[in-house]
Amino acid sequence: MAKEFIKGNDAIVKAALLAGCESFYGYPITPASEIAHAAAKYFPRVGRTFLQAESEIGSIQMVYGAAAAGERTMTASSGPGMSLKQEGLSYLAGSELPCVVVDIMRGGPGLGNIAPEQSDYFQAVKGGGHGNYKLIVLAPNSAQEMCDLTIRAFELADRYRNPALILADGYIGQMMEPVEFPPPVKGLPAKPWALRGEKISDANLINSIFLDPDELESHNRHLQAKYALIAEREVMVEEYHTGDADFVLVGYGIVSRILRSVVERGRADGHRLGLLRPITLCPYPSVRVAELAGRVKGFLVCELSNGQMVEDIRLAVEGRVPVHFYGRMGGNVPTVEEIYAVVKGQLSVTATA
Amino acid sequence: MAKKILERPKGFYAEFERKPGDKGATHYCPGCGHGNIHKLIAEAIEDLELQDRMIMVSPVGCSVFVYYYFATGNIQVAHGRAPAVATALKRANPHAIVVCYQGDGDLAAIGGNEILQAANRGEHLTVFFVNNAIYGMTGGQLAPTSLPGMKTTTTPYGRDIHNEGPPMKMAEFLANLEGPTYIERTALWDNKAISNTRRAIRNALRCQMEGRGFSMVEILSACPSGWKVDPAHQSEWMKENMGPFFPLGITKDLREQREPWFREKIAVEDEALLAALDLALAEPKRLPSALRDPRYANPSIKLAGFGGQGILSAGAMIANAGMEQGFHTSWIPSYGPEMRGGTAYCFVCINAEPIGSPTVTHPDVLMAFNRPSLEKFAADLHPGALLMYDSTIIDVPPKRGDIEALAVPATQMAEDLGNTRMANTIMVGAYLAKSGILSLAAMEQTLPLALKRKNLIEANAKALGVGFAFAKDR
Repeated sequence: MAKEFIKGNDAIVKAALLAGCESFYGYPITPASEIAHAAAKYFPRVGRTFLQAESEIGSIQMVYGAAAAGERTMTASSGPGMSLKQEGLSYLAGSELPCVVVDIMRGGPGLGNIAPEQSDYFQAVKGGGHGNYKLIVLAPNSAQEMCDLTIRAFELADRYRNPALILADGYIGQMMEPVEFPPPVKGLPAKPWALRGEKISDANLINSIFLDPDELESHNRHLQAKYALIAEREVMVEEYHTGDADFVLVGYGIVSRILRSVVERGRADGHRLGLLRPITLCPYPSVRVAELAGRVKGFLVCELSNGQMVEDIRLAVEGRVPVHFYGRMGGNVPTVEEIYAVVKGQLSVTATA
Repeated sequence: MAKKILERPKGFYAEFERKPGDKGATHYCPGCGHGNIHKLIAEAIEDLELQDRMIMVSPVGCSVFVYYYFATGNIQVAHGRAPAVATALKRANPHAIVVCYQGDGDLAAIGGNEILQAANRGEHLTVFFVNNAIYGMTGGQLAPTSLPGMKTTTTPYGRDIHNEGPPMKMAEFLANLEGPTYIERTALWDNKAISNTRRAIRNALRCQMEGRGFSMVEILSACPSGWKVDPAHQSEWMKENMGPFFPLGITKDLREQREPWFREKIAVEDEALLAALDLALAEPKRLPSALRDPRYANPSIKLAGFGGQGILSAGAMIANAGMEQGFHTSWIPSYGPEMRGGTAYCFVCINAEPIGSPTVTHPDVLMAFNRPSLEKFAADLHPGALLMYDSTIIDVPPKRGDIEALAVPATQMAEDLGNTRMANTIMVGAYLAKSGILSLAAMEQTLPLALKRKNLIEANAKALGVGFAFAKDR
């Protein structure tokens, strides 16, 4: 298949079209606007819908409508826009509608800045909107994965009738790398529940209201069982040199790329470092973290945030070994040297202990 | 049109089964206008044969349960968002008749922007806007359409136009937009008004069926519970109090002028899809290269200069050629806080192994195109690294003695070629010759991928050759 040297943001759009995405409802926001630009260029070329919505709220509600109509559909945004989309995401999850949302994270809170952060983790992984729901959250760390995980997100969204979120940072969006694009996806799943405006879909109803408390509880239990199934089946994680590691670094997105270089640096110096990179942030690879916690001496979690994902590592480790954290904020990205210095500091503490 | 009183129009379910309890009654209060409006719509669905084509969008408010009643496709949406949801439903199903049923808080307050924009886009939708001047379900609060002096649970002393402003006249407001085709305000206060409402509902649906664009009927309707008015006097109350503020009639009608237009969905074959995505490219050729020195292997390269010197595209040229030769490659522009300071730069990595961090603190190669870049970044190079600089522009040789420096008078050479903007490409050609990591042939082949302006390919290929010849024996 075709290989192209391409930006992560552009790879998302081409991958979406190969995955059979029929509509993109966007609203401009840096650093996600490039995705809308590429969608505006390519979607109409192949007879698919691109519409710039009146607002972030409007765009996610259009996604709700397109998903209800049975289309593979998507939108893309960044922090401030994602906050506005939470209403729609809660309805999508409550009504069990599949869609793909891309969040190219920027610095916050408030208007923050347009530099890369990973501070939307809580919002993405823990819910964000109202109610007991979860999104499927995928975290690419290369342009190739911006392609592959976009296609995967559409598959998972359809399979579980749940919104899927691509959680990336501006760095991964801006970076160009070779991407091998797969052939167009064949055999999209049937959606007998969708609203078609035809006799066959007359009896169909898309909604999230269950006035009776028992009915709503039962709906919620159904959702929770679905999330449990997703957690059982769909966890994705990448490991690098964890086999004999006694100290494991954990990070996702651009940070995981830097940590990979830290592991190489440390190994060259004789330190048995490993890297654990969650690819699915929800479901979280907690089982694997717990396994590693049984035999390593400690973890260092690095994030472009105040320490959000580290909470999930601590929950999985359950205090068995130390879990350290190193974070940068404001759009600052740590260097290999910077993190390696932190690692060496922790290793000496661990050795002393 | 004559029907037996108890026979339900086909637009309704035979029994209202989706509602728990009594299968025959609606959930609305005595005297509420929703029941009347539902009936008028259901009859229109039957008479216009829309049952199998209609998607009804239920709002939030008392009519949140519209889907209990209409035997059509149904969707319930967030407060105020119906026009946005309906926009996508209609575009996904151009054949469907998509109807939004909205109350005054829904349409005129929280969903003000959604209705405004959908109307102005001229979406092929029909909106039935039920104006009863109050929030019913949430407990009788102020609506944008509440009347001056009207007591509600959030205006216990009456609507004060200096505090809450005057009532909003949506039929007039939306009629000012270019987009909509047909907008009319009707009422339910007597048989004549109801008969007009019946006609307007059908006009609005036909407008969509005929592909003529956006239509809306604003219907003045009673909420005796919210108004605290005896249902026996509600019609009188409505006519007396709402009538003067909300004049009945057509506020916009371009049905005759607008040409019918229908959106069509087209399917594209795989081959056409790939071509449209610019993806019908050949496999990488993996051309051979000949490294001149082992220390030039797996380089991390920083290219830096002023904006406009072609720094980013020079980096992209190298990265594309690297991919063509089967290497892992990455390219990243200066981004985030790194953008401070006026220099433009990018990082390119070429590696036989997967690339970890796409940026490094101590690069193996620096290509400096101006003096600030040289001064800023030369110190970052690790000992033994390669520094290439444009010696036409940078007239002070680098101070460090522990690195390999190659002066390339790139701007002068570019001027000799007749275009000073080729200095970046000359530098790239010189790097190829100096390192041997990439073949000139791979670079020439991938030039079209890195250059946006295709008319410059030939000139750049020439510049590559000039740079290559300059450095191949140095």
